[in-house]
Formats: sequence, C-alpha cells, structure tokens
Amino acid sequence: MSDRGPGFYLAILVGGLIFGFGLGYSHMARPEVVLNFLQFDDLGLLFVMGGAAVVTGITFAIATKTLDRAPLTGREYLRRTKSFDRNVVVGGVVFGAGWGISGICPGAAYASFGIGNWPILWAVAGMFIGAYAQGRLRSRIADSSAGPATAD
Amino acid sequence: MQILLTEQTVERMRHAQKSTQYGSPLGRGDPPMIGAELFPNGIARYLIGGLFIGGGAAVIYLATGIIAGASTFLESTLSYVSKVPRFNRFPYVNSRDWRVVFTIGIVLGAGVYALIWQGGAWTTEVQWWRLLGGGILVGVGTRLGKGCTSGHGVCGVGSLSQTSIVNVATFMAVAIGTAQLVQALGVSP
Repeated sequence: MSDRGPGFYLAILVGGLIFGFGLGYSHMARPEVVLNFLQFDDLGLLFVMGGAAVVTGITFAIATKTLDRAPLTGREYLRRTKSFDRNVVVGGVVFGAGWGISGICPGAAYASFGIGNWPILWAVAGMFIGAYAQGRLRSRIADSSAGPATAD
Repeated sequence: MQILLTEQTVERMRHAQKSTQYGSPLGRGDPPMIGAELFPNGIARYLIGGLFIGGGAAVIYLATGIIAGASTFLESTLSYVSKVPRFNRFPYVNSRDWRVVFTIGIVLGAGVYALIWQGGAWTTEVQWWRLLGGGILVGVGTRLGKGCTSGHGVCGVGSLSQTSIVNVATFMAVAIGTAQLVQALGVSP
C-alpha cells in the first residue's frame, strides 16, 4: 500500500507495545484475574476497562472535533460506530459464555502469551477455530445476502 | 534459641516473598482502605494498566485514524491460509498485515512488563479444556457480535456507540452468570 510506509507500521507497533504492556501491567492477561472479577472476588477490572475507555473517549472527542486528518494515512478521524442488529446481542451472549468459562479475550490472550503463559495457546487455538467455524458457516449462508463488509 | 529465631525469620521471609509475588507492583504496602473486600489488590495496577491500554489505542488512532480492535486479527489472519470468502473480504485482506504487527506489538509489550515487573514467565492454573472451549466460544462470539473487549469495550464505549454499549452489557452479564455457574459446579480453577 502506498500510504503504508515504515512510519505507519512503526506507529502500529508502538501502539501495540503500549497496549500489550497495559494488558500485562493491569493483570488482565491472567485468566484468574478476569475470573476473580466475574466471580465478584476482585472488582479491579472495572478500572482497567473504565480507564482505557476514558482515554479513548477523550482522544476520540478531541480528534474528531479539532483535528483534520491522520498524518500517516490521510484518514478522517471518526468514532467507532457499528450498525446494530440481532447478531450484536447473539454474539455478545456467545462471547460472554466463552469469556466466563475461560477468563480470556482476544487482546488479553495475545498479551498472556507475552507474559510467558504458554498454556494460553489453547485459548488462542480455540479462538481461531471459533472464528474459522463461524466464517465458514456464514460464507455458506450469506452468499445470497451479503451485507457490507466491516472490520474493526 | 538462636535456631528458633532463624526459623521464624525464614518463615517471615517466605511470607514476604509470597505477598510480593501476588501483590500489586505499586500497591505494595498500601494502607488498608474502604472497599478492601471489593478491591483486595488495590486499584493502582488496574487503573494504570487501563490507561496504558487506552493510550496504545490512542497512539494508533492519532497517527493513523484507525480504531484498532484485537479480534479482527483472527479473521484477517485466516485470509492468509483460507479461501473462505468471509475472510477474504477487502477490509480484512487490506488490514491483515498491520493487524499482525499490532498483535506482535501486544505480545512484546506484555513481554516487557513480564521481564521488568513480573520477574519472568507466569503460567495459568486454569485448565486447558476451559481455555480451549471458552476460546472457541470467544472466537465465534466476537466475530458474530462485531467486536470484543477492546473493539466494543474500550473503543466502542469510548465512542459512546449504543451498539457497543449493548454488546458490552450483554457479554458482561452472561460472563458473570457463566463464571459463577462454573464456580458453583465446583470447577476451580
């Protein structure tokens, strides 16, 4: 891609490093800590998600109001808005069941591997299997009624 | 007498070591405060970690305009090896390279934390079948629901997106119910 030079990938890498460091530091990369939260033994995780959402919230608010375009891509600064449909709820239910069983979500799983937690590869393998299964199924079903493609 | 003292000292040192191992990096030695039952490890590590997570997403957003989520990596990476149309849609193929870089960054960033603060590798006691089974459901659910804890939970809520708030409220409620049910069934950890 012409708009994706070394600077672009460097920014992504630096952002990922900070993001992953935060997941390690907050202990969210440990399934036990997530399970302790869900079992009401330690509600500290509220501050992880809350703290992170406040930072992104302030950043999005300032950038969308005062900044023009992103320097490395020329992209417009937009908020994260996704259309609502039944899948948002169904997906939330399935995701919640998986999160409650395993105590791990995608970003935290990658970070968990980074803190040396090799058994988390079970969860990463599971996530790929799950993503593959739903993609395969939906490709088969939705060939006729393909909606607009989105990524997040 | 001297031997007894030594034994006590060793015991005390062991105890100190243990509390260091599980204690918060910053909260060590904090005075007990109100809500100690709800926050037995204090809140410093959680809040600071959360600010870093948001900060990482903010760096990427300000530099590139991209709102990064962690779970699309699963599908976009599958496009390297699978011909299934769903994974080969333009937004996935177009973003799969930087998503790999983002994920490598997450792994390395957590590795930096582990090297400096954690003092080496840490491994979970949660049983493998919980990780695998839960992981499969997470993989299905996050893609069906258009995002995960980072996409919906951090960036979507930060955008005050109603879709994201509904998704987060849903997965939070179900996850709490599920985890408590699993605990009630006697599965630990």
